[in-house]
Amino acid sequence: MSRKTYRQAINEALAQEMRRDPTVVFMGEDNVGGMGAPGEDDAWGGVLGVTKGLMPEFGRERCLDTPISESAFIGAAVGAAATGLRPVAELMFVDFMGVCLDQIFNQAAKFRYMFGGKAVTPVVIRTMYGAGFRAASQHSQCLYPIFTHIPGLKVVMPSSPYEAKGLMIQAIRDDDPVIFLEHKVLYDDEEEVPDDPYTLPFGEANLTREGNDVTLVTLGRMVKFCNEVADKLEGDGIRCSVIDLRTTSPLDEDTILENAEETGRVVIVDESNPRCNIATDISALIAQNAFDALKAPIKMVTAPHTPPPFAPELEDLYIPDQAKIEAAVREVAAH
Amino acid sequence: MATPSGLQLPREDLLRAYRMMCDIRAFEDRVHEEFATGTIPGFVHLYAGEEASATGFMMHLGNKDYIASTHRGHGHCIAKGCDIKAMMKEIYGRRDGLCGGKGGSMHIADLDKGMMGANGIVGGGPPLICGAALSAKTLKTGGVAIAFVGDGGSNQGTTLESYNLAKVWDLPAVFVVEDNRYAESTASVWSVGGSQLKRAEGFGLPGRKVDGQDFFAVYEAAQEAIERARGGGGPSLVHVETYRYYGHFEGDAITYRTPEETDEVRAQRDCLNLFRERVTAAGVLDAAQIDEIEAQAKALVDEAVAEAVAAAPPGEQDLMTDVYVAY
Ligand SMILES: Cc1ncc(C[n+]2csc(CCOP(=O)(O)OP(=O)(O)O)c2C)c(N)n1
Ligand SMILES: [Mg+2]
Repeated sequence: MSRKTYRQAINEALAQEMRRDPTVVFMGEDNVGGMGAPGEDDAWGGVLGVTKGLMPEFGRERCLDTPISESAFIGAAVGAAATGLRPVAELMFVDFMGVCLDQIFNQAAKFRYMFGGKAVTPVVIRTMYGAGFRAASQHSQCLYPIFTHIPGLKVVMPSSPYEAKGLMIQAIRDDDPVIFLEHKVLYDDEEEVPDDPYTLPFGEANLTREGNDVTLVTLGRMVKFCNEVADKLEGDGIRCSVIDLRTTSPLDEDTILENAEETGRVVIVDESNPRCNIATDISALIAQNAFDALKAPIKMVTAPHTPPPFAPELEDLYIPDQAKIEAAVREVAAH
Repeated sequence: MATPSGLQLPREDLLRAYRMMCDIRAFEDRVHEEFATGTIPGFVHLYAGEEASATGFMMHLGNKDYIASTHRGHGHCIAKGCDIKAMMKEIYGRRDGLCGGKGGSMHIADLDKGMMGANGIVGGGPPLICGAALSAKTLKTGGVAIAFVGDGGSNQGTTLESYNLAKVWDLPAVFVVEDNRYAESTASVWSVGGSQLKRAEGFGLPGRKVDGQDFFAVYEAAQEAIERARGGGGPSLVHVETYRYYGHFEGDAITYRTPEETDEVRAQRDCLNLFRERVTAAGVLDAAQIDEIEAQAKALVDEAVAEAVAAAPPGEQDLMTDVYVAY
């Protein structure tokens, strides 16, 4: 055990898997950096330094820089996955999915089904999402509901350094295409993380708080906010369960339903835009399967139906924060 | 085609060109300083060093001509006539910024000025420019449309598809590859397979390579490409060799290149210095006029920063507006 940041946890997972399995390679724009340039060789390690330090150990053949050609290199990762490698490809910001989406949802996601179960496509697409960086409309979106919508993709959203390492190792070992979403605001978060490799299962949510009054269902960066709210409200006698989904596909329906039935009061906290997102999906799940147990209307706390704004004052209003979550919990608790 | 030597430009055009370049330089140098103080939010990519490229093209354009820019958009915006004070307010995220504080540095746009936006998506601009050129052609406005892309952006499928589309639709479009040697930390000598001119040729576009530090060279190449497009001669490409002085974005440690390399370009190939030397040696402008333009640019930017710092941010009433047209 030692304290590691979210960034270090992902880096360590990659390093350990690359040591274990020579077919694991990674690729992306400036994932090493300095290609063809006169200065430092391992110059960037990705735009926020997640892959820095790996190239000196594993070499340029397994640590690939790419031109700015997402269709080609994300597609190449998919093709390589179907033919013997286990590539981890970085789509720098999830907002850039539009450039290469065909290779993900028509190719990677469908091979196994379309080809009658004959293909495996063990590709991991790492990508950065979320608001909070003042990075404006084209660098701050969530978009994970779009991936979640597509059968054949697994969608993983680590909420902390510990989660990130275990889920990344699982993602690399998994034989299906995995979209691995890293929240840009979490990279410097730090906690105790085991030094040895370990995996965390897909489709098994993690109960980070247990309480009988209100169920908070959440994911990604919002887990941290929900934990804070749960801790605060405990002092006021409102005891919350917090469910970290870990993966939106597969989805741990059992844990959500069991907990919702127990409390009868549910708040779903999802950083993405509110139409057809994870919160609406889980609301529908609960409404269909646990209706009789509900003591209050289900509440969703999400971003509004707007692109992420640039101005800090607007972005702060845009992001679901602790105050909005607390207000929602108090409302369902009082119902 | 007759390409007038830049030095034969009317004096007012020379003054206008130098003012554009100085405005851009003063703006970028100041944003660089202010960013370091922590007062400017978000991602900021500066154009300092590349001024002759935007200026050499924009000198030939009017408001009915459209351009699409990149993430490194401030220079294109200024040269296309965007209001400098409103731009600065936008970069600070202010309510009366050019985009209401909703866009920021990477999304400055002013459609009334024919500026279709800086762009957060590398390769986002060229297809849009095919559309602007299609509008100009269909509506017979006489306008042309120009896409600026970086060396990195030249590798994006959208860029290459746009070359082809512009050719087969015979559009009044110009593609300008601003090759500043790097895309983030990656050198263009590595990332670009083949050559920009051969790529253009492969799609049937005439291509020309110019020294982007030499305003007059850019000016002439731009004139040729723009006149061709405007006269119905179809799309073409200009490969501009240039250099960015600051990091990829503000905060970049710039370890992938050497300080000596940058110092050398600054000392020997700076586009403002070269312009100044050329016009003063030829006696078409005198040093006092040049100094005055530089001082005015700095004063304008000083005012822009002071006003931006003092300006009000947007508030809750602005969050939900302009997602759609209001009826
Ligand atoms: C589709 C897409 N991919 C990647 C990025 C991240 N990115 C922003 S700028 C940049 C480098 C662009 O290089 P170049 O086109 O040469 O322009 P320069 O920065 O040199 O002006 C990259 C990779 C992006 N914004 N959009
Ligand atoms: Mg470049």
